[in-house]
Parts: sequence; structure tokens; C-alpha cells
Amino acid sequence: MPEVLQAPLVLEFPFTRSLGPVQSAFLTGLRERVVLGVRTRDGRTLVPPVEYDPVTAEEIGELVEVAATGTVTTWAWNHEPRRGQPLDTPFAWVLVRLDGADTALLHVLDVPGPDSVHSGMRVRIRWAGERTGAITDIACFEPYDGAGERQDTGRTGATEAAVHSGEFENMVTGIVAPARLDYTYSPGRAQSAYIGALSERRTVGERCPSCRKVYVPPRGACPTCGVATSEQVEVGPRGTVTTYCIVNIKAKNLDIEVPYVYAHIALDGADLALHGRIAGIPYDRVRMGLRVEPVWKEGARHPDHYRPTGEPDAEYDTYKELL
Amino acid sequence: MTREIAVVAFAQTDHRRTSAELSEVEMLMPVLHEVLDETGLKTADIDFTCSGSSDYLAGRAFSFTLALDGVGAWPPISESHVEMDGAWALYEAWTKLLTGEADTALVYSYGKSSPGSVRDVLTRQLDPYYVAPLWPDAVSLAALQAQALIDGGVTDEPALAAVGARSRSDAGANSHAQLRGSVPQGEYAVRPLRTGDCPPVGDGAAAVILAAGERARSLCARPAWIRGIDHRIEAHGLGVRDLTDSPSARLAAERAGAFERPVDTAELHAPFSSQEVVLRRALRLDDSVRVNPSGGALAANPVMAAGLIRIGEAAAGIHRGESDRALAHATSGPCLQQNLVAVLEGDPR
Ligand SMILES: [Zn+2]
Repeated sequence: MPEVLQAPLVLEFPFTRSLGPVQSAFLTGLRERVVLGVRTRDGRTLVPPVEYDPVTAEEIGELVEVAATGTVTTWAWNHEPRRGQPLDTPFAWVLVRLDGADTALLHVLDVPGPDSVHSGMRVRIRWAGERTGAITDIACFEPYDGAGERQDTGRTGATEAAVHSGEFENMVTGIVAPARLDYTYSPGRAQSAYIGALSERRTVGERCPSCRKVYVPPRGACPTCGVATSEQVEVGPRGTVTTYCIVNIKAKNLDIEVPYVYAHIALDGADLALHGRIAGIPYDRVRMGLRVEPVWKEGARHPDHYRPTGEPDAEYDTYKELL
Repeated sequence: MTREIAVVAFAQTDHRRTSAELSEVEMLMPVLHEVLDETGLKTADIDFTCSGSSDYLAGRAFSFTLALDGVGAWPPISESHVEMDGAWALYEAWTKLLTGEADTALVYSYGKSSPGSVRDVLTRQLDPYYVAPLWPDAVSLAALQAQALIDGGVTDEPALAAVGARSRSDAGANSHAQLRGSVPQGEYAVRPLRTGDCPPVGDGAAAVILAAGERARSLCARPAWIRGIDHRIEAHGLGVRDLTDSPSARLAAERAGAFERPVDTAELHAPFSSQEVVLRRALRLDDSVRVNPSGGALAANPVMAAGLIRIGEAAAGIHRGESDRALAHATSGPCLQQNLVAVLEGDPR
């Protein structure tokens, strides 16, 4: 079996999300060092706030301010921080019930080791120096040696938390949540063999043992019969244009002048058309049935484009099944 | 109208740390052939096909469409897909059979965790506003739940270690399992969970065939009848939930009829030892019930297939005559957020 190919695959996406009224108030509040919760009809205060009561599904929106201090309800010690996590030194994941809230917020706690954290411990928010209106405006929590849950000020008792309008200047109405995931992509046995052969300028398909069709590029299975394809068959190099389109829009980062022709090409011996660019002929003279052959560039792992062979056009009947 | 619907065949791959030499469809196809061969059915005999998988594991959009090559989707078939564990695909297929529009269904699911880092990948299913930007991985979230159980006096670290040890010992009889026999409890992954409390990361696939009524009896000597199946979800906010309990699993079990009579076997999808503790309590499973004789997810946890495998293992026990009434459970999301429970029975002997 030839070597199975592998290559790094990086997936990055900056998800841009809009915020509803409750999330907008909460995240803008964090920017202003104010923590807001939302009050349910039965008097519970949810922090972080949501737009619908998780129990009754009733729409809620009465905002109240809670304290920046709170109590750890559970924790877990993470000795190996991973990319993207709030601290790059070992830390505790914590659920913190802020004073004035009835539910807990997930974040991290900056302490030297697991012996420095326990459920029930008192903590307070350490604000990020630069705040944009995101959950990461809370840099982390840190130990707080103030007394137990304070009930002496209006803003910390669950029943006395101060109502807040949720209005600030320059409300944050959206967030951009960047994400990156790293993969090592492997195309599997059949496609590795196909790509490996291409590096020798050969095109290899696989024949279905049941219907005898030859698939190019092979994916290891016959989509008609649902069985593994295994017999390798060399196809081409010449082929027939089965259908095509004329591209008039220049793609970003693509060094090809428009208009150009993008075609489906049935290589001789193949029962599935693959696609490629047609050149070496004016774009308006490409046609179904045109006979073409691949043109390779030095060092490339696949044909750069296909050009006319000069043969007479193929009869429609010879390729109509491949349209 | 009530139709009797049964699991009549089950197959799974050997679950392995990596299967880089195989594409998804190459990994999946043998188990599809196995369940078809078991029943003697051809692709053309299958009325409905439903699959479960995740593009995030593959890192490629619409990755499941390529897996369809393994099914034989031409001429056109009736097909659906859930971006979830195959147990939920089975639920969809079950409802399709209930309507009478189909008599047979093929359900399959697969997951290759080896190309990426599944701990990081799973963070992308979390609340994108308040949680995902912190990148809390699945092990860390499970560890928060474990600590809550320990603080609540429900369990302790030695008891958790015993869950992992029992699972891998039982998996000694399961040739498909990834971890079998004596496995070191290991260092802390995220305290209080050690590596032995966590599932292996691996690749694998599974498939089952469902059939209704007399069709099921003709395809299988002892069909595993689905007496009830239900799935429930809890609030996504972790700090809203009582992590030491699983009201959604309990409600799903109640609606599936699990509490009407005792079960002899339970296949629980508990990727972490601490989650088995939660589920045993929520599902009222006492020591008379064989829990995860297959070794469960602590022995093999192909993401997106591990839940379907629980239903398949429970059914296979009934097919073999080792079980008469079994509970199968699947979960999805952080800290047992979503739970599916099925109750399976064999004909009286
Ligand atoms: Zn075929």
C-alpha cells in the first residue's frame, strides 16, 4: 500500500454575532465594570443573564446589578492551559455565584495551586485592562478575603439587587468570536493513491467490482453500489469535454485572466468526469465533445489546465452517459 | 396506531486511536455491509437511511455527504442526517417507521477524532457569547461536575477510579473496545479527573438496522423491540443546572417507560466516570443491573457513534439471549446536557 498522505489543515473563522437586548446590556456592562443579571418573574436573578427563563421559557428582561464578588460553587484544576483559555499559567476553572445572583457564571480563578481553591471560597472579579464588551473583559477571578456574602448594601443581596436600566453610552451590539482549530488531514487510502499517482503525472481511478464503472478521482467506494472500489485503473491522459461554463469573474488570489473556461472532462477510460480549466483555445470556441489533454507545469502536483489535442470531436453518444 | 419496531442488526468497527489510512467512508463501509449481511437485506431493500456525524470533527463542511457513497445512494434513496450522535439519527428513523412510511431503516454514525483535538473541537458547541470565548474543553467541564459530586458527598476519587477500572475490565470481553483490561488510573487530566476517568480519544463507526412488526421477526431470530424512546435537554447555562443530577435523563427514562419494570442491563453513554455516578442515580439503577458490560464509553468513545453503540450493544445482548429488558442511553453536549433513553425488550422465552 502506498504511503497515506497527510497535511495540516487549519480552520479559522471570525464568527460575527449580533446581541439581543439582554446580552448587549450584560456585555456593555462588563466593559464599564458593571455586572448585570436578569430577574425572573419568581424573583431569581440569573447571571450571566439570558433572554428567556430557562425553566418557564418566558421572555425576561428586567436587569439588576449584582456584585463583582462572589462564591465558588465548584471548581476544577487545569494544570495545562490550552490555547485560547483566559490564563496561560495553571488555573482553576470555577463556577462563581456572584453576590446577588442565584445562578453561577463560568470563568477561571488565578491561584497558585489546587490547594488554594475550594468550593465556598470567596472571590472577586479581576477586570481586564482593556475591555471591549466581551466575557473576556473579566480577565479572571482572584481570591477575595472580604467576609461572607454581604447583605448590607443594596447591590448585593439577592432580594435587594438594584434595578438597572441596562443603558450605557455606545452600547455593544455585536461580538466577533474568532476561532481556530488545527487538524491533520488525511484523505485516506483511495485518494492518497490518486494524489500519489498524479505526482508521477499519471491519473489513476478505481473500478467498482460490481458495476465495473471507473471512478476518478476515486474515493474508495462506488456511490451506486455502496461497495469498496479497489482495482486501480490508469485513465487518460486524453479526454473529452462533456460540459463547460465560461467564467467572467476574477477570483481573489487567482492568477488567471477572465474570461476562462471551466469544464467537466471525461478522461478516456473513466466513467466519471472530473473538472479542469481549458486553455490553448479561445474561450468562445470550447464545445462539448472537444478532445483535450493535460498540460503540466514544472513541479506541479496536478495538471495546470487542459488543451485541445487537435483530434476530431468525440461523438455525443460516446459521452452522453457522463453528463 | 402503534407499530412494533425493533433493532434487528448491529455492527461496529474496532475503535482505534487513529485511522489515518482510511477516509470516513472507507472506515464506515465495512459496518454497513456487516448489518446488511446480518439481515440479508440489500441497499435497495432499505426504506429509510439516517446518519449522525459532525463536520467539526472532520474540519470540512458537509463531510457527511461523502460518507453516503458507502450506502449506495443511486438510484436515489430516502435519506436524512443529524449533526449529532447516531442515537438521535436512530430516533428520527424510529419516528419514520412509526408513521408507517417505512418498514426498514439503516442508521449509521461515525466519527474520526484523530485528525484534530477533540477537546478543542467540542468547545465550539458551547454558548458562543459567554462560554466558548473561554475555550473550556470537555474534560474541564466534566471535572467541574465531578468536583460538585465530590463536594456533595456523592462520590470520591477512589470510587471514580473503580468505575473506570470496572469498565475496562468488562471491555476485556469486547474485541472492538479501544482500552481493555488493566489501565493505569494515571495523572490528573483536569483535577479531580485523572486520565483513567476520561474516555479514550479514537475513531470508529457503527450501524444498526431497524425493522417494523413481522418484518423484524423475519430478519432476526430475537428482535430487540424498542418499547419506548425519548430524549430531553436541559438549560445550556452550566451555572443554572444542578450538575450532580440529570433531570433530563430521568424524564427521558420515565417517558420511555424505563421505570415501569426493572431492566437487567443498562448501556450508559457516560464518557467520564463521574457521569456514570450521575446517571446511575438519575436512572435509579441499583446493583442488580449490569451496567455497561461492553465497557461503555470509558473503553471506546468514538464521538458521534458512542451513543448509537450503546443502543446497539443493548440490542445485541437481547439478540444473543443474554438480556430480556435493557436500557440504552446516549448523551450529547457538556456535562450530560442532552440525554436520550431507549428501552429494549426481547420476546418472552
Ligand atoms: Zn458500482
